[in-house]
Amino acid sequence: MKNDFRSRNHPAYWAFIVHRLSGVLLALFLPLHFWALGQALQGAAALDGFLRWTEHPLVKFAETGLVLLLAAHMAGGLRLLALEFLEWREWQKTLLAAAAGISLVAALAFLLNLV
Amino acid sequence: MENLKVRIWRGAEEGGFQEFEVPRQESQTVLDVVTYVQRKCDPTLAYRFACRVGVCGSCAMTVNGESRWTCRTHVSKVAADNRLEIAPLRNLPVVKDLVTDMREFFDKWAKARGRFTGSKTRKDAFERVSPESKERRRVDAGIECIGCGVCYSACDVVSWNKDYLGPAALNRAWTLINDVRDTARAERLAAVAGDAGCHACHTHLNCTERCPKGLSPTAGIAGLKRAVLAATLSGEI
Amino acid sequence: MSRRSEVLLWGAQRISAMVLALCVIVHLVTMIYAVRSGLSAAEILGRTQGSVAWFAFYTLFVAAVAVHAPIGLRTIISEMCNWRGRGLDLLTAIVGLSLAMWGMRAVFAVFGGGA
Repeated sequence: MKNDFRSRNHPAYWAFIVHRLSGVLLALFLPLHFWALGQALQGAAALDGFLRWTEHPLVKFAETGLVLLLAAHMAGGLRLLALEFLEWREWQKTLLAAAAGISLVAALAFLLNLV
Repeated sequence: MENLKVRIWRGAEEGGFQEFEVPRQESQTVLDVVTYVQRKCDPTLAYRFACRVGVCGSCAMTVNGESRWTCRTHVSKVAADNRLEIAPLRNLPVVKDLVTDMREFFDKWAKARGRFTGSKTRKDAFERVSPESKERRRVDAGIECIGCGVCYSACDVVSWNKDYLGPAALNRAWTLINDVRDTARAERLAAVAGDAGCHACHTHLNCTERCPKGLSPTAGIAGLKRAVLAATLSGEI
Repeated sequence: MSRRSEVLLWGAQRISAMVLALCVIVHLVTMIYAVRSGLSAAEILGRTQGSVAWFAFYTLFVAAVAVHAPIGLRTIISEMCNWRGRGLDLLTAIVGLSLAMWGMRAVFAVFGGGA
């Protein structure tokens, strides 16, 4: 028999879900990101042609989401590196709170500069 | 006090929950509830226990979805609105009702080289190990494991990778790696390496969250990850 | 795959993670700064074109991500799809090489393109 959500409902597991989901989504986004920057091979006008698209509010919203994913994957990853590579301490909740805080601050700073 | 509504798993892998009414009592444990059902309601109910005081590690079950030792789990702590759902441990084959086949759990301890290997005989003097040494402190942090299987049952990596050695076996290996008397370090590091060993752990902390003895197998697994990587890079294994 | 290779793969993912953490911090700060007056080809290319420092930074960034992402995807696929073995390892290598090449195309585009 397998476990259900009841055994997984604790902060470290939520962090795992965030880390895995953000990792997969970022990996899927990367080829698109590289393609967009590759437009510059056809000249600045081509890149601008693509970037005009980013003026759309919906795209701005998605961009902010991507920044949040990136910041969350990085901060959560630093938390994992600390747990795996440093001598064990009772600081899991502190690390988690710090990772969540850093992610939100980064996304908010991006959003405020974007609008 | 109101009666408890208790749903208990009946059958093996295939089966279903059967509901019982059990009188609520003061200081009642989940094991008390199961014992009541077997003695007063249905003597064919199969379950396992021995010491009743948190030493032997044989009464672990899944209570309201969470793996727990039942002898020291008070009903008051887990029975939301007087309801209990009691099932066998996860990730292990069910023999009957609340009894699981724990062979693979213990076989993996052997696979992780969980047995002490020394070089001395009874004619040698005792090894002197300072209680203050880093190694001894690491051993202390993991040594109280009673082999109940709660961590193995709670671990998702075990569910996702049937070869994964699991938290208890790896925790045991970590205590031996830090036992300065042990002589099987390299073999043990090799045994716990890779995708079925310590490096499969995702630091979900399910084991740490659920261990009834308050141990953190995750801590030991993290130590193994580092030790195995270092041994691999230095060519020791 | 031998156990030794599995351990080295794990180590490579952690070391690339440490590199990526630094790269992502720089990337986040750059992005938050860059979007202040809207995204434009002039802004991006003005910063990157002919800049050896940015070229080196993005090359390192692409290399680290080309190591990090495929190893993570390999783990996720093996756990979620119960697929292990040589086929999966081959796929991991292909994903890594594709990311590296596609990413370097983008790096060259913003370094030299659009003139």
